[in-house]
Amino acid sequence: MSKTLAEKILSAKSGSDAKAGDIVIAKVDLSFVQDTTGPLTVRQFQSSGMGKLANAERTLLFIDHAAPSPNASLSNDHILLRDFSRQTGCILSEAGDGVCHQIVAEAYARPGDVVVGADSHTVTAGGLGAFATGMGSSDVAVAFGLGRTWLRVPETSKIEVTGDFQKVVGAKDLILHLIGKIGADGATYKALEFHGSTIEKMSMSGRFTIANMAVEAGAKAGLFASDQMTLNHLVNEGRGKDYKAIAADADAVYEKVIKVNAAELEPTVSKPHTVDNTALARELKGTKIQQVVIGTCTNGRLEDLAVAAGILKGKKRAPSVRLIIAPASRRVLLSAIEAGYIKEFVEAGAIILPPGCGPCLGLHQGVLGDGEVCLSTANRNFEGRMGNPRSFIYLGSPATAAASALTGEITDPREVV
Amino acid sequence: MLKGKAHKFGDGISTDHIIPGRYAHLRSNLPELAKHVLEDADINFASKVKPGDFVVGGSNFGLGSSREHAPLVIKMAGVSAILAKSVARIFFRNAINLGLPVLICDTDKISDGDKLEVDLAEGTVRDKTNGAELTFGRIPDVMLKILDEGGLIPYIQKHGDMQV
Repeated sequence: MSKTLAEKILSAKSGSDAKAGDIVIAKVDLSFVQDTTGPLTVRQFQSSGMGKLANAERTLLFIDHAAPSPNASLSNDHILLRDFSRQTGCILSEAGDGVCHQIVAEAYARPGDVVVGADSHTVTAGGLGAFATGMGSSDVAVAFGLGRTWLRVPETSKIEVTGDFQKVVGAKDLILHLIGKIGADGATYKALEFHGSTIEKMSMSGRFTIANMAVEAGAKAGLFASDQMTLNHLVNEGRGKDYKAIAADADAVYEKVIKVNAAELEPTVSKPHTVDNTALARELKGTKIQQVVIGTCTNGRLEDLAVAAGILKGKKRAPSVRLIIAPASRRVLLSAIEAGYIKEFVEAGAIILPPGCGPCLGLHQGVLGDGEVCLSTANRNFEGRMGNPRSFIYLGSPATAAASALTGEITDPREVV
Repeated sequence: MLKGKAHKFGDGISTDHIIPGRYAHLRSNLPELAKHVLEDADINFASKVKPGDFVVGGSNFGLGSSREHAPLVIKMAGVSAILAKSVARIFFRNAINLGLPVLICDTDKISDGDKLEVDLAEGTVRDKTNGAELTFGRIPDVMLKILDEGGLIPYIQKHGDMQV
């Protein structure tokens, strides 16, 4: 007993009494790569001599970062992934299916699982109670072959959130606020565990947004207990049988406890070029923008699109702004079509991208020009992130992004709703 | 004993500084990719780095993406070790998995261009330019075993399995 979520999951998966600081070999329940890390994983796997996959049905390859491919080199990388899937029987998610983290959350990760992905935002699945963490290509290649990986059991910071959010303030503002407070290395090597009445009421979409960004504070995992909300999510995705109740023990030992009052939060934005460089949206009034991106693994879910549609419906984007919308998955896109959001976006002057990572990492579909400024709902605003080191990226919520698309400058969404 | 020159960088050098996403199409063409190493932090780095040199960062070196290509292009540049005040988790694992040592020490005492000598076994860095002597934190045993085999894949090739 007295275990944090990380200790509990890693004890179960290593068959030992794992405590923070221990090094364990844990069973891996799900391992995956995407199209910019996958080719190296495949080559490392092939040269390792391991031969076959430990569990082909729980090994996934995603074509999402450059989807559809903008050039021949990346198209050839995609061919390599398709060939590997055919040869080994592992699962391939094609261009247009969506972002790996969203599909893992929809269709694969289960509470209590250990998930490793060759993508730093693998932490997203922590939103449903999986110990999910990003690794590099070699580590994931070894997880592909052995079905196990080594992990240092992390110390955990408990984030206790109480109070009701103000209107149009939500999960994204909370996680940006928290990263601003603890810093981009405030949780390096640690797990963040989210608790409190605000978290208990929070939708799965919000939980995934928060878990997704845990890595922006350096964290190894961002963890939530599973509960009725988790069960509803799994049932909605047609896999209620995957539910398992998992929570930290009441007497678990935390390295520190950070309390946040959600009622005091305001629309929050990260300024260039680091995620912890935060300010309130209202403090940035007058900052002109040329591009708005709503989507990505951070904020490309149906609930995010619903918030944006609520603000954009019947209005037009500012003439100076390119408004880009990228649903996180095919399922999200279909639901958004059925809900009428896509029509509203198009009428508001938006560009609709296929489900995938879109312009987030600077490969295609919205590379910024010199001196241009973008407000994105993504998770990272590093120099050069969106394809040009002479451009500037601000990060905010779907509400802040939609409001700013209407005015052409960074706008507190409370001004327009 | 590793000997070389220090190439000093500031705090928060991200994987996008080291090898930006816009070069993802070169990830299956490593010699071309490696030409862009650390380009967004120092456009001249690739032309001035010499085999054996050190990349010296500040805090939270390598934050961001899981791309193993970041330590890979640094290694391909001939860098013998990375020294930093602190290092991001995934980058740390990736560098060790490629057989590239990452040493945590007080890099404030090192200036750009200083001549360094690193003794991995002893755990010391000597700055021959200013006379400073630094010690670095011990790399966890599990990572030392991987480093000793030249990286994770060579380790698996030799042992066929993983032990702690």
